[in-house]
Amino acid sequence: MTSEQDTTLFAPSGETRAAPQAARLSAGHWVLVGVVAIALVLPFVFQGFVVFQLTEVMIYGLAILGLNLLTGFNGQFSVGHGAFYGLGAYVTAIMMQRWGVPYYWTLPAAGAVCFVVGVLFGLPALRLQGLYLALVTFAAAVALPQLLKFGPLENWTGGVQGIVVDQPEAPAFLPISADQWLYYFTLVVLLVMFAGAANLVKSRSGRAIMAIRDHPIAAAAMGINAPLYKTLTFGVSALYTGVAGALGALAAQFVAPDSFSLFLSIYFLVGLILGGMGSLPGCLFGGLFVLYVPNIAQAVSRGLAGAVYGVIMLLVIFVMPSGAAGFTRLAWAYLSRRRSQ
Amino acid sequence: MKRLTRRTILAAAPAALAFGGPILAARPVRAAGHYDPGVTDTEIKIGNCAPYSGPASSYSTIWKCEARYYAMINASGGVNGRKINFISYDDGYTPPKTVEMTRKLVEQDQVFIVANSAGTPTNTAVWRYLNEHKVPQLLVGTGATKWDDPKGHPWTIGFQPNYQSEGRIYAAYILKNKPDGKIGVLYQDDDFGKDYLKGVIDGLGDKADAMIKVKASYETTDPTVDSQIISMKSAGCDVFINTAIAKFAAQATRKSAEIEWKPLHILSGIGNSVAGTLKPAGFENCKDIVSDFWLKDPNDPSWKDDAGFKWWLGFMNKWYPQGDKSDLNNVYGPSAAATVVQVLKQCGDELTRENVMRQAANLRDFTVPMLLPGIKINTSPTDFAPVKQVQMARFNGQRWELFGAVLTGAIG
Repeated sequence: MTSEQDTTLFAPSGETRAAPQAARLSAGHWVLVGVVAIALVLPFVFQGFVVFQLTEVMIYGLAILGLNLLTGFNGQFSVGHGAFYGLGAYVTAIMMQRWGVPYYWTLPAAGAVCFVVGVLFGLPALRLQGLYLALVTFAAAVALPQLLKFGPLENWTGGVQGIVVDQPEAPAFLPISADQWLYYFTLVVLLVMFAGAANLVKSRSGRAIMAIRDHPIAAAAMGINAPLYKTLTFGVSALYTGVAGALGALAAQFVAPDSFSLFLSIYFLVGLILGGMGSLPGCLFGGLFVLYVPNIAQAVSRGLAGAVYGVIMLLVIFVMPSGAAGFTRLAWAYLSRRRSQ
Repeated sequence: MKRLTRRTILAAAPAALAFGGPILAARPVRAAGHYDPGVTDTEIKIGNCAPYSGPASSYSTIWKCEARYYAMINASGGVNGRKINFISYDDGYTPPKTVEMTRKLVEQDQVFIVANSAGTPTNTAVWRYLNEHKVPQLLVGTGATKWDDPKGHPWTIGFQPNYQSEGRIYAAYILKNKPDGKIGVLYQDDDFGKDYLKGVIDGLGDKADAMIKVKASYETTDPTVDSQIISMKSAGCDVFINTAIAKFAAQATRKSAEIEWKPLHILSGIGNSVAGTLKPAGFENCKDIVSDFWLKDPNDPSWKDDAGFKWWLGFMNKWYPQGDKSDLNNVYGPSAAATVVQVLKQCGDELTRENVMRQAANLRDFTVPMLLPGIKINTSPTDFAPVKQVQMARFNGQRWELFGAVLTGAIG
């Protein structure tokens, strides 16, 4: 893949185009407030199962956000983020069930472990670009389920049996169910991590990360330490996906090698592309897609669920070639043009 | 097959009398009118999760076949007048999806029970959820031994012979036919392989340490199991218990022929498929291998005139013509579904989840058309392993030939 293709594929996100920024920002803030307000009410509108599904959407959204930092903002490919997700999930499961650590302490631990592994993984990634890097990460996704079954590790991982994880109960003073509690817990983690990502992207480091994506040579010529930023981005990306995995273990209350198959990594990639490369809110759309579209597909036809899934995916790509985020941006621009006329 | 119990009659009579009136109020308080979610006067909702996509999707024909079986039951009037609404979702053999889909079944679709969901990791993922919510996890579609746990998980019950009881049967066979044998066991290094090994050790009792010379495991990622076979030969083993899955079972068989090691070869139920193991191993290398079966193999011509087989053939032709009639999975499907129907029949009009578990633990000498003759399904409040019996078979160079009596794997 040439660098020219790279730049067209990772078209810069709306935030970096300056013109009507002031007006859009305030509107964007209102939208954010509205979305959070709706998110706060949702668990009381729907029954437990839907709340659980929405929690999973947020978790997948967070995992896709991690992938987005790497692929969408830094231009490094990964077809193996399911491995980091699984790693985070296992850190939480092992800490909670084997060592009796409270669930909320396991999230930073999962993030830290994944950050370290991510950085280590980022080192060889320095020498590999595009499709070659994709292959290496692919190998990680293939290897993880087998490593989890590996004999010497079995005392920790539980082998194929996996580990059953206790569901976090709501604190006694809150009159809400465990499902609702996990939803709010996930929402808070999600907001904090999204805010972190938004700040990172807007910062000096964020510009460096994107400059490496847009033109590595120019970035290096401007004095950006490309190897450092690339490895750190890999680490941060793994951290985000790992925390999502930790939350995923709490939501599913079970981890097993079969939970983290290769398909998971592919689904993250699908969610990323359909949500919008280089867009933060787009990740949540990706989460929605990952969770709900297989269900819709099998509701249409179980025998042809895979084909229906493919058709939906094609439609989404045709209608929204730059992902949900790009589509929203275009629609917004169209509407404001209409209004100004 | 339908058994009229005292309860059914007691429940049915007043219901019939009250027909057209306020049915619920007219029934005696104790016997009838006890419905849990998922049941009405005309319908029973059964939920299920199965791998219609993903790595285990080759098994999915089981649940397609089950759906057709329930359709057949509905066409002939349903269960005690209630139609079965079988809701089966795809979980792609991934535990998180099983959690999501099972919760959907229980909370949104409000199914009465979850029946014959597929897979060990997937069922483990919802094991606690279903037990906490007191929803029957009926006749799970996996051979792990842990489902037989009436005390710890009173809402979960197994179905097919579990690996441990198979292991015990091999041990009993060896004690009878080669009491001074030197045994080599090949097993997969995971829960299912260890289940087999434990069954063999338990079955041999005090003699286990003396008789088992080699315990060799393999990983599914290993390229071959050659070294394991060689180590068994050099240790002087003359009995080979081969509990590997098809690919490795075939390799082991080939290798032992190659190095001219001719032990008493016992091949486990997991790897005894003619197409999957024996053909790739070469029929000439497989003569006199023994194995165990519990369902009638549709490829075995000796069933040609058997009433049960004829029934199955009729069912397949009329209700599932697109199904592969040489696939043992299509025998398994209707056998499991028929057992679910039997449990519901026994419940009569007291269709509570509690009663379902009571009746599931109260199957007495029940049989379905494609079970081998003599094999009966029995359960009790302390025995949650419905099928425990198998029959041994010997490969005659062309096909499996059943021999001997039906054997039971339970200890004692």
